[in-house]
Amino acid sequence: MEKRHTISVLVENEFGVLARIAGLFAQKGYNIESLSVSPTTDATLSRMTIVTVGNDHVVQQIIKQLDKLINVLRVEDLSHEKHVTRELFLVKLEGRSRSRSEAEKLALEMGGKLIDYSAAAFVVEVTGNEEEGTSCLEKLKKQGILEVVRTGVIAVQRGEHVLVSPKEKL
Amino acid sequence: MKALEDLGVEYLFGYPGGVVLYIYDEIHKQKKIKHILVRHEQGATHMADGYARVTGKPGVVLVTSGPAATNTVTGLTTAMMDSVPIVCFTGQVPVQLIGNDAFQECDIVGITRTCTKHNYLVKDVKDLERIIHQAFYIATSGRPGPVLVDIPKDVSMAMTEYQGIKKVELRGYKPKKVPAQGPLEEAVELIFKSNKPVLYMGGGVVASGASGIVTEFADLLGIPVTMTLMGLGGFPGDNPLCLGMLGMHGGYWANMAMNNSDLLIALGPRFDDRVTGDLKKFAVHAKKIHLDIDASSIGKIVNVDIGLVGDAKEVVSKIVSLAKKDPERVRRYRNSLKPWKEQIQRWQKEHPLYYPQEIGGTLRPQYVIQKIYEATKGEAIITTDVGQHQMWTAQIYKFNGPRRWCTSGGLGTMGFGLPAAIGAQLAYPNDTVFCISGDGSIQMNIQELATAVQNKLPVKVAIINNFYLGMVRQWQQFFYERRYSESEMLAMPDFVKLAESYGAVGFLVKKPSEVETVLKESLKIKDRPVLIDFHVVKEENVMPMVPAGKGLDEMLLA
Repeated sequence: MEKRHTISVLVENEFGVLARIAGLFAQKGYNIESLSVSPTTDATLSRMTIVTVGNDHVVQQIIKQLDKLINVLRVEDLSHEKHVTRELFLVKLEGRSRSRSEAEKLALEMGGKLIDYSAAAFVVEVTGNEEEGTSCLEKLKKQGILEVVRTGVIAVQRGEHVLVSPKEKL
Repeated sequence: MKALEDLGVEYLFGYPGGVVLYIYDEIHKQKKIKHILVRHEQGATHMADGYARVTGKPGVVLVTSGPAATNTVTGLTTAMMDSVPIVCFTGQVPVQLIGNDAFQECDIVGITRTCTKHNYLVKDVKDLERIIHQAFYIATSGRPGPVLVDIPKDVSMAMTEYQGIKKVELRGYKPKKVPAQGPLEEAVELIFKSNKPVLYMGGGVVASGASGIVTEFADLLGIPVTMTLMGLGGFPGDNPLCLGMLGMHGGYWANMAMNNSDLLIALGPRFDDRVTGDLKKFAVHAKKIHLDIDASSIGKIVNVDIGLVGDAKEVVSKIVSLAKKDPERVRRYRNSLKPWKEQIQRWQKEHPLYYPQEIGGTLRPQYVIQKIYEATKGEAIITTDVGQHQMWTAQIYKFNGPRRWCTSGGLGTMGFGLPAAIGAQLAYPNDTVFCISGDGSIQMNIQELATAVQNKLPVKVAIINNFYLGMVRQWQQFFYERRYSESEMLAMPDFVKLAESYGAVGFLVKKPSEVETVLKESLKIKDRPVLIDFHVVKEENVMPMVPAGKGLDEMLLA
């Protein structure tokens, strides 16, 4: 059965690592729905959150193949665990017919905030999980969206469990 | 150079060029590591590969940037597919020029990302020693494979202090050696419950040096053994339990045993499509135990009941000692397998490996290989290229030990045989090394005869010459109604003269009566390569055969 999987990957912060991971997905014909990368508190490590769709067998293979890469320290499929996800949206909207206070009001209604305003357009920042993001975008559509930029999903497991490198675990 | 020396490197297979001249200058200054000058960089990779396959040690390549680096791609992919340890050093343009389309620049790290186990671009000479040690560690540990190290010219000319690294630690790479005890015990239980078990052995057994313990395991329990192309030699070919090769050109009895078994004990194979045929029909009644060093191999193609991630040698040792705990049970189990083995023998009697003998003085390819086997008493190191000759050799030549068989299994690389034979001969100067090739394959890297002549290597090349791309022609005969589109070689060199022009010895054999004499003659030559051109009957087929996409029990027999 096809399912959405959110995979967390801890990798060495070296050039070419992203190409290796993206290349692996391309090479094996796996689809990436979203991918986000950023440094961690350890300057030598980066953390990726990859959202992919596939049946359990395919996702198991993805995880094994990722684990095989020399620069990959840990891989976890968060879909099996309780976890929280967030994504940041920047939405630029048509502004000609709206005053600044109207724009601010709209942003608040969306649970976000106004981060830029000009006579012609304004930008609303919204964060939320996937469902919240989608429903917010649906609502904003009617308001004349000019463009949307999304960060891609990031995720973390609930509770005390943390994704750490094997060395730190010892 | 000091790092390579410390790592026990004997040979560098390479070809000089602009950006590696500093390294070549260092090679000139030392005596411990011998450099073998090849004629094409692809040859260098296959030589390193041949050396690695027969010794189990990594083969080392050194070439320059750009076209030289891209010429290594086929050799690296060949090694990747067959899990052979190679460390390949490529030169690169100076760091500041990378990305500028400088002369002979190419992004070899990008190009080889998918055909190496790992690769490096060394940007600072201070990292060089560490990276070299890591490269060798990665290439040889876990599931072995090729590693590429790209060294820009300014890095190779810079000076640094040698640290003398002893131990390699990689945070993201900890090859797992032994699986948990639980699954091992389950595996042993599953074995004892089976009535029709087959041991299905792949290249992993050879790679891990597990041949001895696997033979002990099979002998202890009396389980029949079949091997993949890569597994040949991992189990003695003359052991009564040996069923030979399975798969597309495997024995009828081996394939029938697979598809009728109730337990597959898969040791280090990767369930290649050339072995399994139609997956929907592959060993459907069998429970499956799969042992592999590479976790991603398990369950990749076939769902298994027990997956064991670990080194074949260690895991099988554990299984053997678990089984040995109860000698009475072992005895009963052995006896219970009698009807199963009798069934396999019946299959073997019904459809033995059959090929027509010489008729009216024509020379048959199988006869030539049989005679090579006899002349070398089964003790030679055999390399092959790819095609009909490769399958006939796999069927006919009986290997009694591991690491005597070098063939490109996964990638199917034509042009592999001769350079691999050179690498093997360098590793074992006193052994007989035979490259069995085809008229198509040999022409893909025949220039390496010069490398063999320069190094006075007595490699023997037997060309099974049918003036066709034989395997292509066979498929065209069976599946394309004999439309031999571009499979006939209409211009063929005079191989004898060609050999002689290189300074090698050439023979032409057209009659069966000449085969033994010429082989005997060729074995006497110890100071240069020998090339024997066997003109065999033109339209001979490799039989039996499972057509691509069919089940193992749907073999064409003759």
